[in-house]
Amino acid sequence: MRREFGTLAGLLVLCVVLWFATPHFLTTANLLNVVEQSTLIGIIAVGMTFVILTAGIDLSVGSIVALSGVAMGTAFRAGLPVFAAALTGLAVGLACGLANGALITLGRLPPFIATLGMMSIARGGALMLSDGRPISGYPATFREMATGDVMGVPAPVLLMLAIYGVAHFVLTRTTLGRYTYAIGGNEEAAELSGIGVRAYKSAVYGIAGLLSAVTALLLVARLDSAQPIAGIMYELDAIAAVVIGGTSLLGGSGSVIGTLIGALIMGVLRNGLNLLGVSSYLQQVAIGGVIIVAVLMDMTLRRRARLPTE
Amino acid sequence: MASQPASPARESVAALRMEAIRKQFPGVLALDDVDLTVRAGEVHVILGENGAGKSTLMKILSGAHGKDAGRIFLDGREVEIDGPRRARELGVGIIYQELSLAPTLSAAENVFLGREPRRLPGLVDRSAMEEAARAILGGLGASFDVRRQVRHLSLAERQLVEIARALSLDARILVMDEPTSALTDREAQALFEAMRRLTSRGVAIIYISHRLQEIYDVGDRVTVLRDGRRIATLDVAAADRRELVRLMANREVDELVTRRPSALGAELLRVEGLCRADELRDVSFSLHEGEVLGFAGLLGSGRTAVARAIFGLDPIAEGQVMVRGRRRSIGSPRDAIRAGIGLVTEDRKRQGLVLSLSVRENISLPLLRSLSRYGIVDARAERELASRYATDLRIRTPSIEQVTLNLSGGNQQKVVLAKWLACQVDTLILDEPTRGIDVGAKQEIYALMERLTAEGLGIVLISSELPEIAGLCDRVLVMRAGAVVGTFDRGVSQEEILSAAVGVAS
Repeated sequence: MRREFGTLAGLLVLCVVLWFATPHFLTTANLLNVVEQSTLIGIIAVGMTFVILTAGIDLSVGSIVALSGVAMGTAFRAGLPVFAAALTGLAVGLACGLANGALITLGRLPPFIATLGMMSIARGGALMLSDGRPISGYPATFREMATGDVMGVPAPVLLMLAIYGVAHFVLTRTTLGRYTYAIGGNEEAAELSGIGVRAYKSAVYGIAGLLSAVTALLLVARLDSAQPIAGIMYELDAIAAVVIGGTSLLGGSGSVIGTLIGALIMGVLRNGLNLLGVSSYLQQVAIGGVIIVAVLMDMTLRRRARLPTE
Repeated sequence: MASQPASPARESVAALRMEAIRKQFPGVLALDDVDLTVRAGEVHVILGENGAGKSTLMKILSGAHGKDAGRIFLDGREVEIDGPRRARELGVGIIYQELSLAPTLSAAENVFLGREPRRLPGLVDRSAMEEAARAILGGLGASFDVRRQVRHLSLAERQLVEIARALSLDARILVMDEPTSALTDREAQALFEAMRRLTSRGVAIIYISHRLQEIYDVGDRVTVLRDGRRIATLDVAAADRRELVRLMANREVDELVTRRPSALGAELLRVEGLCRADELRDVSFSLHEGEVLGFAGLLGSGRTAVARAIFGLDPIAEGQVMVRGRRRSIGSPRDAIRAGIGLVTEDRKRQGLVLSLSVRENISLPLLRSLSRYGIVDARAERELASRYATDLRIRTPSIEQVTLNLSGGNQQKVVLAKWLACQVDTLILDEPTRGIDVGAKQEIYALMERLTAEGLGIVLISSELPEIAGLCDRVLVMRAGAVVGTFDRGVSQEEILSAAVGVAS
């Protein structure tokens, strides 16, 4: 947990600075807005945390968002009830993730290559399936998922927090979680301890795919439209949130609590820069800088703790 | 292994004198006014248990650590070593335990890495470089082609490349940190030969080793460190083996490796006609409750291949494995563990432990499932289990939540053992279980083997340490080129084992 305090301190400092810099930052409406804006990347970043904990990477999550959304849209347009259509979207996301897992564990491809391929395949699939056009018009009951709220708290925020709660429980209290850390810490030792490394690694990519699909549904509900070009660059934002949150790209150490804080830092930063009227071009530069500084700090800490850094 | 006459130290001025070196780490005084004098042309052995201060002293000499107090003299002149670069300029070369070569570069390229002879700026003079590398390596008695990629060289050859690199930097003081820990006896002898050539040219060698025998093979003088203090410096010729062990450990450790035999019980494991490509040829044996079965042989003779095959890591081409009289097909470590087999691998850090996880998490790793319901780990049961085994095996750690990275080699090995014992395996395969751990921890492991066999476990012991094979095992199989070439009963001499292993009639 100690590592997360540093990230949390970073978030708080950022908030204090913005509080002084602009009167518009510290209002309930704006803060809720920031959190809501962070939900899409936030949910994807949970899956990404699992993947990165096993010392892997998943570049396909953004494309899976598009394909899952379009799959749902197509199913709905084909006459399926909206609930069944949503399940179709989830199934497609899960299947893409498991396909990644199979390519990596059975095909022995490096995760970077397997998911780079999937990134292109899923994007192309989404464009083919939708003929390049958005699929719009969903019932209000479904759109509640994005537009509804419980006592003023937006539904997507609650959904995200629930997902983080479950993920935290899984990582800290279950065999799946422990094995995730063990595989990332030392895959060979995990294998020699009788852990079915292949199955668990595949499961982890499956989780990443499934959570991408959840994000896709949220996005469809928010926009009332499934877009084949949705989710572009989401993978990079998700990786950034994970890394800012202190999860090591070398695998074996990190947490979803850190990732949540990381996602919020990205959200607050974007929001603050917007409020301050900073151009969107400069924003990209600033966010890139934050990622690099976060990793530099992490490496320094690891070196001090004599953990491997390469 | 006749001991070589000590090469006379030729100069009266010491090549190196370290005076009253002191180093404080948070919580430990690592070095407490340590003196060390090394003469030109001698091999000076530094002996001590893990944590005695050997590595710290060498790191100060090589500039990797600063010292808190003390002075260093080279050839009688006081020097300030403020970094690795300065140490190199002063002629101090270090060869670390873990070799630091670039595997895909050639031997010559490695020797001159970063200092390649140039023809024009940026253009390497390859033939000059290879010529120079050949000269240095030839002087060490190496016969391989300097253009070969380092990854194709044996460990011993790589070590010569490391030494050549140090020499090409005009090292006059060479520090070797456990250079033979992964070498076969024959390779070690070749290394000793290279060392003798160096000392005859006046190079001073500081030699760190856990193997007592080697002190007599190559050492001129020996300095014993214990708990950060220098205990004694002796001429090797005058140093008695038992005396050295006593000085190191400050307690009468019986250096003779022995184990009280246990009554043998039912057959645990029977292996028949194991074959695998070039590695294994028709290997058969059986193991009983209470038995230690030794596998001796040179590196690459197939000992580890047997362990890997039984543990389900490498597919078996032919042959069968029977566990408690029933034929089992073992295709993965999981199958092996289910059959009651545990494997302690030779490479603890790469294969035995997840270093980023705690003692508790490592111990429970293979049986986490049985500590869980619906995939949720029973944290209390896990803690109790880990503490029980940590206490039972006397794992020295501040707490079971300590990350295993921070434990000493001996304690890491005990964590690996605890992991299998917690699984209640009845067959334990130990592959070089005492490599790189100190004398005290070795004795604890021997005692543990005695206790476990008394409790009815069967142990397969693979070891390159002949005293272990001769002293601990009830039966010994000697392997050569993938086949079992000799079977001996308790009481076999080390010479008989070695003769069989190298293929000389005894």
